This record gives sequence, C-alpha cells and structure tokens, in this order.
Amino acid sequence: MLGLNKKDFSLFVFVTIFMALAPIIFNLFPTDSALGFFNGGYPDMMQRFAIFAIFAIGFNILFGLTGYLSFGHAAFLGVGSYAAVWMFKLLGYNIIPAIVLSIIVSGLFSVLIGWISLRRSGIYFSILTLAFAEMSFRLAYSVLTPLTNGETGLQVYNDDPQIMAGANSPDAPHLFGIKMNSASTINVGPWDFTFPVGYYVCAILMLISFYLSIRIFRSPFGLMLRAIKSNQTRMAYTGLNPRPYTLAAFVISGMYAGLAGGLLAAMDPLAGAERMQWTASGEVVIMTILGGAGTLFGPVLGAGTIKYLENVFSKMNEGLLHSWFSFLPDWLEAPVVWLISAFTGEGWHLTLGALFMVVIIFLPGGLVEGFQRIWKSTRRKTSGDDDANAKVTPAE
Amino acid sequence: MTKSSFTRRGLLKTGAIAGAGLALPTIFTSRANAYMNEPKGGTVTLGFNVPQTGPYADEGADELKAFQLAVKHLNGEGDGGMLNTFSSKALTGNGVLGKKVAYVTGDTQTKSDAARASAKSMIEKDGAVMISGGSSSGVAVAVQGLCQEAGVIFMAGLTHSNDTTGKDKKANGFRHFFDAYMSAAALAPVLSNQYGKDRKFYMLTADYTWGWTQAASMKEFMEGEGWNMVADVKTPLASTDFSSYLTPVLNSGADVLILNHYGGNMVNSLTQAVQFGMRDKQVNGKQFEVVVPLISELMAKGAGKNIEGILGSSNWNWKLQDEGTKAFVKSYGTEYGVPPSQAAQTCYVQTLLYADACERAGSFDPCAVVPALEGYEFDGLGNGKTLYRADDHQCFKDVLVVQGNDKAQNEYDLLNVFETTPVEKVMYEPDNPFFAGGDLGQCNSGA
Repeated sequence: MLGLNKKDFSLFVFVTIFMALAPIIFNLFPTDSALGFFNGGYPDMMQRFAIFAIFAIGFNILFGLTGYLSFGHAAFLGVGSYAAVWMFKLLGYNIIPAIVLSIIVSGLFSVLIGWISLRRSGIYFSILTLAFAEMSFRLAYSVLTPLTNGETGLQVYNDDPQIMAGANSPDAPHLFGIKMNSASTINVGPWDFTFPVGYYVCAILMLISFYLSIRIFRSPFGLMLRAIKSNQTRMAYTGLNPRPYTLAAFVISGMYAGLAGGLLAAMDPLAGAERMQWTASGEVVIMTILGGAGTLFGPVLGAGTIKYLENVFSKMNEGLLHSWFSFLPDWLEAPVVWLISAFTGEGWHLTLGALFMVVIIFLPGGLVEGFQRIWKSTRRKTSGDDDANAKVTPAE
Repeated sequence: MTKSSFTRRGLLKTGAIAGAGLALPTIFTSRANAYMNEPKGGTVTLGFNVPQTGPYADEGADELKAFQLAVKHLNGEGDGGMLNTFSSKALTGNGVLGKKVAYVTGDTQTKSDAARASAKSMIEKDGAVMISGGSSSGVAVAVQGLCQEAGVIFMAGLTHSNDTTGKDKKANGFRHFFDAYMSAAALAPVLSNQYGKDRKFYMLTADYTWGWTQAASMKEFMEGEGWNMVADVKTPLASTDFSSYLTPVLNSGADVLILNHYGGNMVNSLTQAVQFGMRDKQVNGKQFEVVVPLISELMAKGAGKNIEGILGSSNWNWKLQDEGTKAFVKSYGTEYGVPPSQAAQTCYVQTLLYADACERAGSFDPCAVVPALEGYEFDGLGNGKTLYRADDHQCFKDVLVVQGNDKAQNEYDLLNVFETTPVEKVMYEPDNPFFAGGDLGQCNSGA
C-alpha cells in the first residue's frame, strides 16, 4: 500500500491513528480530577509535539542514516520561523506562503552551511555546525536586528503591509480563513477533549513528513546514506563520491527543520532568536537519541516524550508538591519536597538529564528498543513453544 | 453507471450509524463559554509568569512572593495589607466575585519564546483568566500580544520600556510600572543640578526594547539639559562580562557613564566599572560619574557598596511614609522577613487592581474589566494619587529619584529617596513621538 511494505504500512497507519486521536490519548484523566494535572491534551503542547516530531524526523534522516551528528539544526528552525513571520508581515496571515518560503529559505541556508561543514566529518563536522548555529544566533541578536527584531523577537504589527490580506481576513494565522488558534471542545462526562485546528494542520504535515522519511529510508538513496554511515572510505574506494549524498541528506533535513520552524511561527506568530541557540539544537539531538536514532518511529516517540515531560515536570511548583505530600509527617515532608523540587519546576532539565542517561546506558537503541524488548518478551510468554522451535535453526 | 442494492442488513447498518450520529450531540454536552476561560467552579485562576532563571531571576522570585501575598489577602488570609488602605472598597477579602483565587506559576526564562509557551499553557491548560508578571520588557511585550490574541487580561509586572504602552500597546494589557520616558524626565533636571550643565556622557545599553527606549529617552532629555552624547553602545542581554565594553569609556573623553542595564546585567557592569576605578577618576577636570537610570533594591543589594551615591529612578521604595506603603511593608515583612522591592510592589498592586476591576465590573469578562480599569483613579496603593489612562493603559503617578545610601544601617537600607518628582513633570501626551505608532485595538474576550 502507498508503495510501502506491509510492516511499514502498518507502522504508518498506527502513527496516523495515534496523531488523529492524540487529543484523547493525551487527555486520559478527567479535567477536574487530581490527576488532571498530568493531562497534556491542550493545543500548545500537542502542536509542539507534532512540530518537534517533524524536526526530529528530519534530523534523523541526517543523523540516523549517515551518522553525521549536526549540532546546529536549530539554526534552520530559526531561519524558517523568521521567514514565516516575514511572510505574515508582508503578505498576510495565510500560512501557505509562510510555510513554503520557510522551507525554501532554510533549504538554501542548509546548502550553504552543508557545503562548508560537510568538508569534514565526525567531531569536526559537529563543531562546524555548532559554530554556524551560534553565529546565526549571535547575528540575529546583534547585526541582523533590523531583520530579526533582536531580543524582542520578530512579530506582526498593525501597520505592516500585509498586501494579500483582504478587509475581512482573520487577524491571526489562518488557512484560507480557518484560524489556527480555533478549536472545538467536546465534553464527555468529566472529560474535556480539545480538537485544535492548528494541531491537525501540524499533524497532517507531520504525517506527510513521516511518509516521506519512510520512503527515503527504504529507497536506494537511503541505502547509499547507510553505506556512508558504515564506512565512508570504503564507499569512496568503490568509486562513489559520498559528498553529494551527504549534502542531499543535510539539505533535506534542513528543509524539515525549516518546515518545523515555519509551523512554530504559524501556530504562534512570533520568532525569537533563542530558537537558534545551541540548547535548541541539543534538544533535537536528545529527542532523536532518546527515541531511537536510525529507527523510523524513534524521533516521533522521543519528541512526544520530551514535550510531554516538559509540560508536566516544568509545571510542578513547590506549592503543588506540598499539597501532594501533605499526608506525610512534617519532618519527612520538607526534605521530600525539597528533593523533588530540585527535579521539577525550573529544574526539570535534571529529570531529562537523568532519563537520558538511563536510556543511553540501558537502552542504547532508545525507547524504541525498550518497546521492542517488551514486545518480544510478551510474545515469548504467550507463544513460547512456537518461538522456541523457530529459533533453533543453526545446526551445529 | 450506478448500482444500488438495498439489503435488509445494509439498511440496518445505515440506520444504526445514523441513530448513533443523532444521539452524539446528547452525549457531548457543550459547555458554552461567554468569554475565554470563564470560571465555572468556586475558584478563579490567575497565571503568574515570572523569570525564575536568567539575569532577572532575583526580581522574578520577589514578584512571585508578592503575587502569593496578594492572593492571600484577596482570599481573606493574613492582615489584608493594602486592601485596608486602597481607595476602592469593592474588595472584602472574600475572593473575587465570591470565587476563591487560585494561581499557577510559570518560568519565562527571560526569553520571549519560553514566556509565550508558558503563558499559553496557563491559558490553554490551567484556564487562567489573567496573566501577570514578567521582569523584562521584551517578554512583557511578547506575552501582552499573546494575551490580546487569546482573549485574557495582561497585567504587566516590572516592564519599563516605552513600547509596552507605546508602539506595542494592546487593549487587553495594562501597566502600573512607570516607563523609560518618565525616568529620563525625572532624572534629567536632578543630574544637571548635581553634575553641571557641561557634561559628556557615554551609554552602555542592554540590547532589546527596554534598553533602546531607555537610551533614546535619556539622550533626548540629557541633550535637552545641554549634555553631549559621546557614544551609545549596545550590549547583549545575556552578557555577564562587560570589561570589553567598559575599557573604551575612559579613553572616549566622556565624564559620565550612563548604564542602561537592569538586574544581573547592571550588578555586573556597575561592579566592573567601579573595579576599573571609574568613580575615582577625574576627566575634563570634573569628577567622573556613573548614573543608573533604573535602580531597584535587589540590584542595589547585588552591587553592594558600589551603589553608594549613584543616582537613578524608582517606581516605589519601601521607605516611603504613606499609609499604603506602611501597610504593605508590614504584611510583606511579617510574611517573608524582608522589605519588598519595587518589583514586588508593582506586581502586588496589579493583582489588587485587577481583582478590584473585576469586582466593580461584576464579571471576569475581559471586555468588562478593560472599561473598569480605563481612566480609573485610585489612591492608597503606595504611589499616591494614580490614574490609569484610557488612551494607552499606562499608570501616571509620582516618580522617585533615588540615590545609593552611603550610610546604610543594614542590608535593606540601600537606597534613599533623593527627590519625588510630581506626576505633572513626567506626564506626556499619548501621541508623544516616543510612544507613537501603536494602536490599542479592540478588547478581545476570546469568545
């Protein structure tokens, strides 16, 4: 189906269903219950999940297939955002030109950076991309202020030209009149499910990106990229020039990042330079590795996990912890709250760090590997005999 | 060519689906809201979005304490603080409109992006009807824009840029704090009295909206006093080391250094300027002076002895002797054991003003709250008689010129009120060129 083999197609269908039902899956708990705190099914969180999934899928095409670890991908995200906001300012709030331009501009930008950085491989490549991203970040803050509005962030003002905007166009990013920030909420008993327009736009683009990434993974081009990862020198000896392939992979993943940046701006029409900072580049590396680099589903899983944990942990403040642990005796409550508060609120990065270490040490293949192990062990339990018979193949 | 076949089974199936479809609306009861996040239960949620990390983290922590104190007082706990001295008596310590006040907090990280994400989750997830806080104008402008789009009220915390109620003003946003223009208008006559008419000044400016408007205002007013500007150098907000920016100052021929820095930035730049011996230098036959147009107690504490004798301006100081200030300092001191900073005062007052406006409007609907605050005159909140001007949602009140205390009794006694500039001296028209170009637009209730 759709040019995919059976296994890939079922993965794609699974992801499609997951994305379609995400507003329900992320809102497992009734809104007003104590566990309602753990809900993540509000528009901003789900949009970020879909957008960062696109970012990570794109990053995985470069890192997962060729093994080139770019530490500067946030630069493309930022450039995409700036391009999109400029389109909003000049043309109007329709997201189509904004997203198209953000992909084109970040594509061109990645050709430039890729052309230079890909002259080196390994750690030198990583440092070069990191340097370029930091340079872009600093430029956006200082010299390029007329273009980026510096620290304040680029935003749309009432006196901007918006030449394509008609008299009745919505005053927020929209797709032919359907506003991105509109949503319909459905109440089922104590549950409130919000179905935001913006999220579904992101989800559809994310599914298209995911499909393209499957096709790239399974194509001869993808095989060539894997060959670069396994041994670039050997590939060169067989008479193949690896550079066009790596550059193509770099540009494709840069365009994915541009799409993600454009979508970020389409969901919230403000572009800040912090998006290009090295921490943002690091985030996508962590997402990809946490989920499982080189796997199809890993980046999506990593993006979802990190965005969800960020949403939950960064919102736990001390007041909330005190109310949770109020059942403990006073002498025990204070140290418990103190200990946990170091890992929550503004300290949630500690939690992320700990989780990352655990995954790297025990599951080098990322969360996907964890699920595969669980899957295998359950299958072994249910149909142990068949598996055992099938496994004993090597005759010695 | 069409082929249609009715079978009993097919008909039953269709009927069942259609029936389910018709039944759906009765399962899904839609709770229609008259406006964004209309509080339905016994509580109303406010969102306090303050920097907990980054260069303004100290201010953020103080703001959060003030917000928590305000919520206590609104809910009738504690001694009531400024509720007792406030000229409006609509608030009775019984929550707001009979609903208990609850709050959620978030970290802006002093970054526009992060602040907007945090405010968004407060609005979308926690159902906040009002967002307050912010210790940076860049953040305040970004979050104010978001609140306008989302349809909730934004009560700005510490933001001093002209743009917040100038170029970037929004119908749903209100600012109690004073602005860069008022600082410059209050400081200029004092500076030329103290340091003479014939001075050359050099400015280091934090490179974002606040710094830009602060520098432009200082330039305008100091040149009006006959001073000459040598240079205005922009420094990134994230810098911690200013030595490379300070080195050229002494060779530039300038005899006054104006630091348009705030928070941790100012602590570092002032400390380094003092370490460079700038305050002991004689240039052009005159004593070299350092001026910090916007000073807060927390910055003074950070800068320690270096702040002694330095002139600047403040929105409020805990040593003022009016009833409102005394009541606030007393209840803040009882709660936290330290006197409040100006950031704390403005955040506390903003929360009270919002609650009072809801109470007077009889609704949390932003489009009812906005008219209740517009053109509202009040007193008893520590700044004397104050007006919330309808044209730009800016408060007009007296401005304090403060000086670093050289005879500090304790670690909180760091600033002295040098002069109180009456509001008439700092008042400006809404179409003043420093504030032109903005448009309030219409209030948005998000319905």
